[in-house]
Amino acid sequence: MAVDAPIAERYDVEPVNSPKRRQKLYEPRKKIFPKRANGNFRKFKWLVMLVTLSIYYITPWLRWDRGPFAPDQAVLVDMVNRRFYFFFIEIWPQEFYYVAGMLVMAGVGLFLVTSTVGRAWCGYACPQTVWVDLFLVVERAIEGDRNARIKLEAAPWSMDKITKRVSKHAIWLIIGVLTGGAWIFYFADAPTLLREVVSLQAPLVAYATIGILTATTYTFGGLLREQVCTYMCPWPRIQGAMLDEYSLTVTYNDWRGEPRTRHAKKAIAEGKPVGDCVDCNACVVVCPMGIDIRDGQQLECITCALCIDACDDVMTKLGKERGLISYTTLNDYNANMALAQGADGRIEPARVRDSITGKFVEAICHTTWRSIIRPRTIVYFIGWSAIGLAMLTVLALRSPLSLNVLHDRNPVYVELRDGSIRNGFDVKVLNMTPQPRDVELRIEGLPGAHLSLAESDGEVIGAIPLTLAPDKVAPLRLYVRVEPDYLPHATTPFNIVVTSTDGTATRTAAANFEVPERERERD
Amino acid sequence: MTEREKDVLTGTETTGHEWDGIKELNTPLPRWWLWTFYGTIVFAIVYTVLYPAWPLISSATSGVLGYSSRAELDKELEEAKVAQGAMLTKVASTPVAEILNDPDLTRFARAGGQSLFKVYCSQCHGTGAAGAKGYPNLNDDEWIWGGSIDQIATTITYGARVTGVDETHFNLMPSFGKDAILTPDQISTVAREVASFSGIEGGQSTPEGQQLFTDNCVACHGENGQGNIELGGPSLNDKVWLYEGSLTGIETQLQSPRHGVMPAWGVRLGDTAVKELAIYVHGLGGGQ
Repeated sequence: MAVDAPIAERYDVEPVNSPKRRQKLYEPRKKIFPKRANGNFRKFKWLVMLVTLSIYYITPWLRWDRGPFAPDQAVLVDMVNRRFYFFFIEIWPQEFYYVAGMLVMAGVGLFLVTSTVGRAWCGYACPQTVWVDLFLVVERAIEGDRNARIKLEAAPWSMDKITKRVSKHAIWLIIGVLTGGAWIFYFADAPTLLREVVSLQAPLVAYATIGILTATTYTFGGLLREQVCTYMCPWPRIQGAMLDEYSLTVTYNDWRGEPRTRHAKKAIAEGKPVGDCVDCNACVVVCPMGIDIRDGQQLECITCALCIDACDDVMTKLGKERGLISYTTLNDYNANMALAQGADGRIEPARVRDSITGKFVEAICHTTWRSIIRPRTIVYFIGWSAIGLAMLTVLALRSPLSLNVLHDRNPVYVELRDGSIRNGFDVKVLNMTPQPRDVELRIEGLPGAHLSLAESDGEVIGAIPLTLAPDKVAPLRLYVRVEPDYLPHATTPFNIVVTSTDGTATRTAAANFEVPERERERD
Repeated sequence: MTEREKDVLTGTETTGHEWDGIKELNTPLPRWWLWTFYGTIVFAIVYTVLYPAWPLISSATSGVLGYSSRAELDKELEEAKVAQGAMLTKVASTPVAEILNDPDLTRFARAGGQSLFKVYCSQCHGTGAAGAKGYPNLNDDEWIWGGSIDQIATTITYGARVTGVDETHFNLMPSFGKDAILTPDQISTVAREVASFSGIEGGQSTPEGQQLFTDNCVACHGENGQGNIELGGPSLNDKVWLYEGSLTGIETQLQSPRHGVMPAWGVRLGDTAVKELAIYVHGLGGGQ
């Protein structure tokens, strides 16, 4: 008995995608009951969850003073007025390229992260992962850990089961409502909207958004869970294609684990080779995807590293080195496998361990942080930071004053009684600051020109003073008249210039002064 | 075929076809897919009953709900009219010159005037109101019948040389050549005189020319050819010409004048539309 007893507690579990059993073409979902894991990665995941959820819930409530003419919400997507506020930045719709730039950065950033640390997005930061984690916390708190949940699932309906199930789903729905509720605050003044939502005076779209997001959160986080990742999400496929042999992936190190046995002492006594894996299935029971990492890299694996925690725990109890399951590159894994395999392809533990000290032999490759620095990742990083720097530069040099000029198409010019030629322009001056602004409108490079605005009487030769409303476009009709003596004999380029009176900003737009055919022929 | 072949490994029927030893499994459709397909059939039947669907010889089945896209358009147009109602009423009740004091009302009237102009005026005056030979340019500062907002509104309302409209602008320039009022020599002399006012090539002021101009032209065109808005006599001392600003052009007009006609829009479009048009034309850059 003593010789035959399992060293670690063994869990009775079968992975959902076990290759040992042929899968039916259409099979109902096998319910997964992930056991709680403890360890460094689990702690890190709690931290990531805290940070990401805090950002999501707190951001809309941050205030940022922009003066009396603009909202004081730090992050606000103002659809009605077509403005996006992000702390000190205010984006107008025509500056959407910043968003495009962010998306390009997100794309290249994904390449970078995936080629270095594998599917870290899936395992730690993806909302699906974070919310499923949150829902599991609720589930464990009410129904208990794995065994209790399995028992409850199998139990006939009783008062106790009903109470537990109802309260679990109720709390899930509340989380769903809060998730959808937090989302809408990004699109309107949060305190005002909260009052309206509570007093049933908010616009219908707000309630519809809450409703839809409540439904998706509850369904995805509570009911579908791992199926979203495996069947609905395209990312596992894309990310799988972006990994290479130097990327960190969660790996079961066969070269030290095999041959696995539950009865190590008996096997040793019989003189059989014995690997480190005691086949306790701890890695399988904690897996939120319900897979067995020992079957190798799989599409389902989101690399949450909880199996590493579970296995490290067991290894520590057994007094063996941690890292039977670890973050490793395929390269190192292959090298170690080549070392461990004998002529017949079988793994021989004696080849990787020193027979006297029991330590790993020197030739074993241990993955270090150096694997992440290589030409591919450097190129990704340079690309990623180049876009970021370019955007920052453009943002820093961006003028909060903008000028658009459009020459009249029909008529291109107008001949007046005294022989002057007048050209009309649609001029738009954009004041992109939340304060009123005094500016001057003038032209350069067209001698003898008189300016007038359709909105006001009288002509000027110098500059037209204007007061721009805060955060608005001022549409102007500008007439430029040149007297006969000064008339150019060809289309003449000149500049329309707008300068803020305080001298902080000047914008110039190129324009052309058009003359009749007969003036062109005078030369 | 009486008996379907079953694949040993999967237990699924095959389609019975074989290509190069490869047989295709006759895998059933997923149930959700099948039910979605049945659902679309049901939807299609319900839809064709409720909405216009099946084409007939000259129309289509009308559907139980009585929906029609034309009726919907009418409804939307009606709603748009109601939405504009307040502003339109305000335009109708405000004298045209006072509309200009209200920037919002002016913007509304100008937008309406612009679209009316495209429909009713652009055929002669051009889409940009730049006119053409014989059709005045409305962007410039030359106005035969006056360029104030009220004068423009009057011109649009009653038109020019419209038969049967008493208030219409009316004048006729004598056919100095055709009716032999002046001899060809005299026409040439007075044409050169007129051309000299604005420095047209070939223009020359002579005592005979001055005399001829005083006798025949001053009554309508003014002493210095500055024009007369009351009578609709165009100014002759500037660079803007309705027909042709050359010596031949002037001679042609003296020989046999052309007289443009403009419809009286007041009757056809109503007071409000005329106001909107006047606001638009006045705002093209030449309004006084």
